[in-house]
Amino acid sequence: MKVYLDNNATTMVDPLVVEVMQPFFSEIYGNPNSLHKFGTASHPALSKAIDQMYKALNASDNDDIVFTSCATESNNWVLKSIFADHIVSGDKNHIITTEVEHPSVLAACRALEKEGAKVTYLPVNSEGVVESHVVRSFITDKTALVSVMWASNETGMINPIKEIGEICKEKGVLFHSDAVQAIGKIPVDLQDVHVDFVSMSAHKFHGPKGVGALYIRNSQPLSPLLHGGEHMGGRRSGTLNVPYIVAMGKAIELATTNIEEKMASIRAKRDRLEDSLLELSDTFVVGNRKNRTPNTILISIRGVEGEGMLWDLNNGQIGASTGSACASEDLQANTVMLAIGADSELAHTGIRLSLSRFTTDSEIDYAIAHFKKAVARLRAISSSFAKVGPTPGGESKACELHH
Amino acid sequence: MAKNDLLGASLWDAYSNKVTTLMNNPNHQGEITEEEAAAHSNRLIVADFGAESCGDAVRLYWEVDPKTDIIVNSKFKSFGCGTAIASSDIMTELCVGKTVKEAVKITNIDVEFALRDSPEIPAVPPQKMHCSVMAYDVIKKAAGLYMGVDSESFEEEIIVCECARVSLKTLQEVIKLNDLTTIEQITDYTKAGGFCKSCIRPGGHEKREYYLVDILRDTRREMDEEKMKAAADAGAKGSFESMTLVQQIKAIDAQIDESVRQFLIMDGGDMEVIDVKPSDDYIDVYIRYLGACNGCASSATGTLYAIESTLKEKLSKKIRVLPI
Repeated sequence: MKVYLDNNATTMVDPLVVEVMQPFFSEIYGNPNSLHKFGTASHPALSKAIDQMYKALNASDNDDIVFTSCATESNNWVLKSIFADHIVSGDKNHIITTEVEHPSVLAACRALEKEGAKVTYLPVNSEGVVESHVVRSFITDKTALVSVMWASNETGMINPIKEIGEICKEKGVLFHSDAVQAIGKIPVDLQDVHVDFVSMSAHKFHGPKGVGALYIRNSQPLSPLLHGGEHMGGRRSGTLNVPYIVAMGKAIELATTNIEEKMASIRAKRDRLEDSLLELSDTFVVGNRKNRTPNTILISIRGVEGEGMLWDLNNGQIGASTGSACASEDLQANTVMLAIGADSELAHTGIRLSLSRFTTDSEIDYAIAHFKKAVARLRAISSSFAKVGPTPGGESKACELHH
Repeated sequence: MAKNDLLGASLWDAYSNKVTTLMNNPNHQGEITEEEAAAHSNRLIVADFGAESCGDAVRLYWEVDPKTDIIVNSKFKSFGCGTAIASSDIMTELCVGKTVKEAVKITNIDVEFALRDSPEIPAVPPQKMHCSVMAYDVIKKAAGLYMGVDSESFEEEIIVCECARVSLKTLQEVIKLNDLTTIEQITDYTKAGGFCKSCIRPGGHEKREYYLVDILRDTRREMDEEKMKAAADAGAKGSFESMTLVQQIKAIDAQIDESVRQFLIMDGGDMEVIDVKPSDDYIDVYIRYLGACNGCASSATGTLYAIESTLKEKLSKKIRVLPI
């Protein structure tokens, strides 16, 4: 059996989504900006996709939802254009974000720092959550933007976006949220929550890779990132990616219709998996379940290094993820793990399992059995569980220098 | 960056078959107890290196025959990724049958080499080379325990890059000899910094005593100082052509003060040195006449000839004086 438990990285495209894309490759291929029928033939499907997006997010007709190539583009667009509009050509100088954002926010912020912006990277609490009073305390009259992710890719923990939105509204500061890990997993109601800009990506909710969107509240000004033709009302140039936009509309509709039911079903499987894994000694899961996306588990297994665990899971046809430094190109410990500030052990023993609505009960059974087998094997090798202690003088000092 | 880097290699695909096999089924994983060693009248040595909180830890067990100092049996326990387990496994294999003194000579490079499928292809991707370093460290520690000496005493040089085993002395020599100015050049010449990258600058995978950025800066500073000192010495010895520009200007000024200026001043004129430009064939000295010299007929003929021949005689035959 093959079990895919890395749905926070990307998801399978729902076959129903693939189906709606099909006509827009070789049958209805005209440029939607053209005047002829070849072009306009795609308009009904595009309108439908737009409607599906607005409905899924409960956006107002006065808001814009602009399709982009991915959430990385959406995040870069907001940060770079706010910098240009309010810092370079305005009287602001400050951006607030968090230590645990996606690299497309963190790296963009670091680039803006080099260009003269002041950026505050807010800490998170031990659950990995940004506290709204912390956001409030860092806002100054020079703050142009607050950017806080809706939910964490690593931990699944959900930030108090509604409270932060209220604070930003009160202080008159623009508020952006990277909602890639929230949309399609938990309800997102953009009339209930005050957010100015929201980034999203289709491939995280069973749509295809290569299409995303940016929500812009009340169609407010934001300089374009890509200059070119007058596409998307002049907000984002580039010929419309018709099949992928149609696909994103369908995918968000499928993900958000009866979301409470879908969440309950995923949550039940997730909780069963989590409970079973926590039967293992010396394990813990980051963040309480109530405030976590219903599909995510970040579990630490003492004595088992993350990449080694991923290796054994992979041998058992299970795809998971680790924040372990050993699994990264640069051997740098995971920033999210370090930001949570738990023992640095977590940075090396954390395994992330993320389910989807396609995860089955038999897959969960298989995953539980194989996971426990892998832990047993690796703990049998692990020095952390060895019985014969070192010769006096042969003990290790923590993280000693090599000589 | 080029075509081959666009996709980025898969970490695991770069492991040798040996690494994969030993990760899945390590041969020497396990423990040796005091009783087992005593039953063979051997000495048990158990050494730890690293810690779970640092990302990798290894415990090495040796059963040593006290009469011959030969390691007759060896086992390991490891908290670490696949390459750490495979490295530890091959390390114990390399230890068995050797005397403790011989075992100390096993380096991480031997460990990595033993994990290769073929001699030319590395067993692990560059960033994983670091895993084999632990094997070397823990052997030294075990040997220190057995011999009752500090494990530091086995290291004759200061090793800056553990992965490629490049010493401080080698780095300083290579920088000087090849006039290296960047970290990339250092990595190209010595492989230092090409693996786990911890030794390049602070903030990497682990803390180091020495970083390449500091070594490069300090060595460059030393080189500059040496160059200036050499130039100053050359100046003292009168070797005009090896002087720095400032020294050349000073030397020219000194010569002019000594043998030329007084005659110009007597005629109500003066001169100043504007610039010195050395080329392959000439050292051009640009001067400007002041006061009465300015516009004087002989300033382009007799006076100029006198200045040039003085400088040629006293400083360098390559000097050409050009009034502007």
